[in-house]
Amino acid sequence: MSAELALAIPEITLLLLACLVLIVDAFSNDPDHKLSYWLTQASLLLTLSLVLSVNPPVTQVIFDNSFISDSMSTILKAFICGITFVVFLYSFEYLKENKLVKGEYFVLGLFAVLGMMIMASAYSLLSVYLGLELLSLSLYAMVAMNRESPAASEAAMKYFVLGALASGMLLYGISMIYGLTGTIQLSAIADAIASDSINKSFLVFGMIFMIIGIAFKLGAAPFHMWVPDVYQGAPTSVTLFISTAPKLAAFAMAMRILVDGLYPLVEDWQAILTILAVLSMAVGNIIAISQSNIKRMLAYSTIAHVGYLFLGLIAGTQAGFAGAMFYIISYAMMSMGAFGMIILLGRFNFEAENLEDFKGLSERSPWFAFIMMCLMFSMAGIPPFLGFWSKWFVLKELVASGFVALAAVAVVFSIIGAYYYLRIIKLMYFDKPESMTAIKASKQMRVVLTANGLLILLLGLLPDSLMQICIAALTG
Amino acid sequence: MTITQLPILSMLIWTPIIGGIWALIAGDRQEQTVKYFSLAVSVITFVFSVMLYLEFDTSVVEMQFVEQASWISAFDIQYYLGIDGIALPLILLTSFTTILVVLAAWEVIEKHISYYMAAFLILTGLMNGVFAALDAILFYVFWEAMLIPMFIIIGIWGGPNRVYATIKFFLYTFLGSVFMLVAFLYLYVKAGSFEIEMMHSVPLSLLAQQFIFVAFFLAFAVKIPMWPVHTWLPDAHVEAPTGGSVILAAIMLKMGGYGFLRFSLPITPDASLYFDDFMIVLSLIAVVYIGFVALVQEDMKKLIAYSSISHMGFVTLGFFIPFSIYANTGQLSGAIMGVEGAMMQMISHGFISAAMFLCVGVMYDRLHSRQIKDYGGVVNSMPYFAAFMMLFAMANSGLPGTSGFVGEFLVILASFQSSFWIAFFAALTLILGAAYTLWMYKRVVFGDVTREEVAELKDINGREALILFLLAVMVLAFGIYPAPVFDVMHVTVENLINHSLQSKLL
Repeated sequence: MSAELALAIPEITLLLLACLVLIVDAFSNDPDHKLSYWLTQASLLLTLSLVLSVNPPVTQVIFDNSFISDSMSTILKAFICGITFVVFLYSFEYLKENKLVKGEYFVLGLFAVLGMMIMASAYSLLSVYLGLELLSLSLYAMVAMNRESPAASEAAMKYFVLGALASGMLLYGISMIYGLTGTIQLSAIADAIASDSINKSFLVFGMIFMIIGIAFKLGAAPFHMWVPDVYQGAPTSVTLFISTAPKLAAFAMAMRILVDGLYPLVEDWQAILTILAVLSMAVGNIIAISQSNIKRMLAYSTIAHVGYLFLGLIAGTQAGFAGAMFYIISYAMMSMGAFGMIILLGRFNFEAENLEDFKGLSERSPWFAFIMMCLMFSMAGIPPFLGFWSKWFVLKELVASGFVALAAVAVVFSIIGAYYYLRIIKLMYFDKPESMTAIKASKQMRVVLTANGLLILLLGLLPDSLMQICIAALTG
Repeated sequence: MTITQLPILSMLIWTPIIGGIWALIAGDRQEQTVKYFSLAVSVITFVFSVMLYLEFDTSVVEMQFVEQASWISAFDIQYYLGIDGIALPLILLTSFTTILVVLAAWEVIEKHISYYMAAFLILTGLMNGVFAALDAILFYVFWEAMLIPMFIIIGIWGGPNRVYATIKFFLYTFLGSVFMLVAFLYLYVKAGSFEIEMMHSVPLSLLAQQFIFVAFFLAFAVKIPMWPVHTWLPDAHVEAPTGGSVILAAIMLKMGGYGFLRFSLPITPDASLYFDDFMIVLSLIAVVYIGFVALVQEDMKKLIAYSSISHMGFVTLGFFIPFSIYANTGQLSGAIMGVEGAMMQMISHGFISAAMFLCVGVMYDRLHSRQIKDYGGVVNSMPYFAAFMMLFAMANSGLPGTSGFVGEFLVILASFQSSFWIAFFAALTLILGAAYTLWMYKRVVFGDVTREEVAELKDINGREALILFLLAVMVLAFGIYPAPVFDVMHVTVENLINHSLQSKLL
């Protein structure tokens, strides 16, 4: 038992630390909750180091086959902790500026991270579901954190109701699969399906409901309705959080269910994901063009990116999954930078959320205009930025698996998508600024955002290491 | 250590890029320094490319100055550079043109000149990279990355309608190139490597070749540009600042031509044969129809833009005529003549179009108009300028003795071996080219001075004279003695034609 516990030490530690932050915060009088903030960040770093130290050479399944510790889970958890660390760095600036600092923000954030880590390691449908609910419930509350704002409350309601519906769908699918295979343990499900003794149409029926659950959590069309409203309504720091680390967890969920559990049905889910992927790329890229709010625009861009992520899964090979993982990790880094930029340009009671607010940024701050330009070209998939390699990787694996036509469709949508990213660059560089208000942001924020942007460029020039990590995660 | 041991291609790529980054960092505070610095960097880059020329062995088929290092080991993508007789003249042209662009911007660009210089220096490095890359993905990265500085150049320093023009330029070229990427990925699956030379030798079915050919066609036909995907070019040219127009016309269009030679012909020879007639017809439409379109333009830059498209029609004609010549005569000499003529046309057009755009730039800087009707009688106030422009206008219409003649003549001569009518339509350019260029020249330079502003024009200063003089020397030199260009490329072209006329069907 103790050997089993050793593998779950990062999760256990994080749980204890989250409780500690909750208690410490209750006794704090500081309006800025500095202590809670620093404790939270320390917890994340500690968890990160524990995750890396646990890193097992061989895959181990523990806790009655419901928790797996393998290289994919380790790497995803490490990125989840690291990304959340940066997200909180950006968030704290935003919360202080808008007088929204509450201890619960950090506690909920840590619980969300715990949920994500459980999802990354889940090896039975029950642990998948538990991790997902822990994550979702924390996020619902975080979206509603700014209770003065009607938009935030509306977003939270919408997120909660639709999220509950999606969870219901997922549970229904789980119950179908359980009823047919008699197990909730993922590898046992795969074995049961592979034995060919179960009626396939029932299995596919159950699988469709589970895919709906996954598609909802990732925000793939046609289950994307919540994404734009939640992204726009939520406080920017929460949007930043939702659009980064939880995407990694949702990817892990998709991998666990579709690959570890339902791989014998690969041809069926490839067909379904193809529809979702094409729809997401179409809806995301086309509707984003008509947005005037940048948070909404980035929401539609997320939907489109999820479409590309699915392409890697559709490839159906280990290399394809590695490509999808590379995609989602690079997307999280780019999204982090883009929302960080919105926070940087905002002030008290003023969110730089309209596209117009980016007008003439190159005159106001050439350096941050340059960083934003890197991020936008990267999201559009132009070399030499990271976003190019992520598209390149999934497309390559897609072509290698013989889906050349789908790859051609995908690149067509990426041309359409390039337009609205270019428009931001156009606003920043080719238009005159409306006001020359200096950018007011702390040194720490500037440094981190600069590092974030340069990382996108650096990884674009030398993407080898990150690619190797992702390939190792899937094959190691 | 001899020159051949230096990583000279890397130096050609990274010297201007690093110089450009320095210029970006130095920024507006040190304008004067940045100007001289940029000039120095561009001259040094040119010196490197001349060293390349001097050390180049014209008798060898293999790639020279090869540099090979692992870049992305996960997928065996290499930092793999090397040049042959096709790439070398284009690299020389690129680094030469950069000097002119830097000089041309000297007093003219008022807004953020350091960033302007930086954008052009980075662009030069990337363009050298395109011509030197021997790994398909490395090539693609340079090819796409090049769009970024050009997008910025047109968007910031362009004319009133610059935003429309630059976004159109970006999306058009992006549209073409993404399909090329899919084709590369497919070829990787077949060839097991991203090395371009490996792709040359991989056998493919006709259907696969046709799809790959179409993907390449979209990329290169948009870039060069061929009718009917040329519409971005007049917009981009009109709105771009002079330097941007020069680089667009002199170098970027050539990348389309380079792509056809490096990728389409050797990788998909059977599809090239299959689409031969189609390509020839499109080329002739460009030569004849676009020639007529150029005739009615009222904007000088637009006129030169259309004339570029028409001249590029000659290039694609020269590249695709070998198949029908070989089918007709069974001999290689005519086929080689066609391709060499087209290559010569690309080099010569690099000088002539650059010169024409610079001439328009000279007038635009003084009068801030590109409309033909706003001028008239310029010769009265600017006699030296009128003399230079006369030479370039003659070269543009293909006068013997100028470089414009050599390429056109060879392509027409080669076309006769294929079919009289192809040669007939191609030769119409001699009339049309003379008509639109000289008619424009007549309306702008000769005639009575109708406007006071024209009468008060100042003739070209030393800097402008230097730029035009350098170009005039090139135009005349290659017109009278084009042999150096042919010597450099002959072995490569012969090898390429031999390869492309052999079927590689499965």
